[in-house]
Amino acid sequence: MSIRPVKIFALSCAAFMLPAASFAQSDDDGGEPELIEVDIENSVRSVAIPNFVAPTPADTPAGNTAILGQQVAQIIASNLSGSGLFKTIGPSGVRAINMGEVTAPQYPYWQGRNADQLIQGFVRANGDGKLTIGCYLYDVNFGSETARNGFVVEPRDWRRAAHKCADSIYSKITGEAPFFDSRIAYIAETGPKDARVKRLAIMDSDGANHRFITNGQSTALTPRFSPNYRSILYLSYKDGNPRIYVYDVDSGKQRLITENRNPTFAPRWSPDGRTILYSMAVGGNTDVYKISINGGTAVRLTNTPGIDVGGSFSPDGSKIVFESDRSGGQQLYVMNADGSGQRRISFGGGRYATPEWSPRGDLIAFTRMGGGFRVGVMRPDGGAMRLLTNSWQDEAPTWAPNGRVIQFFRTQRNSGKTGIWQVDLTGRNERKLPTPVSGSDPAWGPIRP
Amino acid sequence: MIPIRKIQAGVMLLASAAVITACGSKEVDDLPPPATGTAGANQGPVGNMIRPGSQQDFINSVGMGNDRIFFDTDRYNIDSADQVTLQTQAQWLARNQGAQITIEGHADERGTRDYNLALGERRANSAKNYLVSLGVSPARVRTVSFGKERPQALGSDAQAWAQNRRAVTVIVN
Repeated sequence: MSIRPVKIFALSCAAFMLPAASFAQSDDDGGEPELIEVDIENSVRSVAIPNFVAPTPADTPAGNTAILGQQVAQIIASNLSGSGLFKTIGPSGVRAINMGEVTAPQYPYWQGRNADQLIQGFVRANGDGKLTIGCYLYDVNFGSETARNGFVVEPRDWRRAAHKCADSIYSKITGEAPFFDSRIAYIAETGPKDARVKRLAIMDSDGANHRFITNGQSTALTPRFSPNYRSILYLSYKDGNPRIYVYDVDSGKQRLITENRNPTFAPRWSPDGRTILYSMAVGGNTDVYKISINGGTAVRLTNTPGIDVGGSFSPDGSKIVFESDRSGGQQLYVMNADGSGQRRISFGGGRYATPEWSPRGDLIAFTRMGGGFRVGVMRPDGGAMRLLTNSWQDEAPTWAPNGRVIQFFRTQRNSGKTGIWQVDLTGRNERKLPTPVSGSDPAWGPIRP
Repeated sequence: MIPIRKIQAGVMLLASAAVITACGSKEVDDLPPPATGTAGANQGPVGNMIRPGSQQDFINSVGMGNDRIFFDTDRYNIDSADQVTLQTQAQWLARNQGAQITIEGHADERGTRDYNLALGERRANSAKNYLVSLGVSPARVRTVSFGKERPQALGSDAQAWAQNRRAVTVIVN
């Protein structure tokens, strides 16, 4: 029994890679933003996933590798089915495979289970205390291997290896960039509507590894993960006033982004993480400002009477979309990153708010108010506007790292109870995320390296 | 006998301490003040006496409900009813020169979060500017916006929203 060499993708800083086999990574990140129509593939693929094999079951700090093999298969199945683009078969209810089968699938059996694709793999404890998780994709109808990847991780990062495996398969089959191995900052809500306790919290994109950051003594709102996940911008009433803090995830320390007595809110990062965009009210008049993460002098970007608020950088950092009520009600505007060239882009009925530029650059997500609150997308020139949700109050979209899935929060009428929801760009595959308590203000971070 | 309010406060303190302990050391140690809709709970009657210049004195003087003004949807202008209310408040402030106030601006739940923070600030400033125009020193007036975070009425209907679009004057010393 032998396993062919596996392309190794290490999650630690000391990454080492063997020569790539057939796996082709999507190259969408960093390219020119494409102005394309939404072309998400809608056909649902049938994918079989038996439990991953533990060739020599061993106890690790993350549990026995045999159990990990079952959990890894469950996470991959859950990631893929949750995307709405895959119908998963297994891991429960399908035959257990042995190590030899990992590289030599029993195609007739999987054809009999009506699977188009087959994901198999193994979990092995290495001598150095790390885990190797092998991940193979097969085309059942053609009887051929499509992709293989190996991930060497610390035991505590075993879930990340499962997400990386699911990401590689998602990308291989759909042609889209990955998004499962990413994290979300949000506000956890408890208590009655008129005295809601709101805490900053973080979790993996599937709700795992959940952690509360603040203890709820002060109201926390509108977090944003920095591009490297090391810091979180958020609003806190810690000193009695709404003000933006930058929280350091490792040290647990935080500081105000600007020493100023005015209320600051609606924080956002620039794509390179060096600049903070925020809104500040002076004498009741709110404008959009930016300031270096290292401090210094803030630059005021808008100067019209009224409320200019929010804002989101284009992925290349050259433009900012924000909302303003300078024409009467809230509408979306685009400006250059230095504040020049401000022009309105939303002209549909109703009011438009909370614009977020897609990491792909091709679309801007927003909240549209008119009757209820609905989440939608439009091109940066304001064209091709489409609404994706239809509920009483859906608010504050945030983009998956691949720009193909959106999260937002949904508020129930009267009770005010909130939940974080996810929808894809077709407006289908809407589902609620599992959170320990109610949740709002989701902020999706980038794909992890 | 310990007053009931103190017992409740003690229980809440214990509960908070338990939460802090349970959730580990990495959490931000963000101490009070929490966001409250009405401050001044410790300025109530002392025995049967109402301390001049206190929140209780203010409410008794201006009349129940006249600590606040209300706004139309998305608006922040001071209408004639608001002017009467604020004039009453300004008269009390003229008699109690030692009193400092916070004006809390609020919005209803039908706006987005960031916009409502800005709108609440705009409403609080409208009230402040009108009081200043009546001779109240701006140094005595602080504003704070709670956006849609602290509704007064809990329903999701026109009547509740009208009560929540408000600017509330609170005595802080």
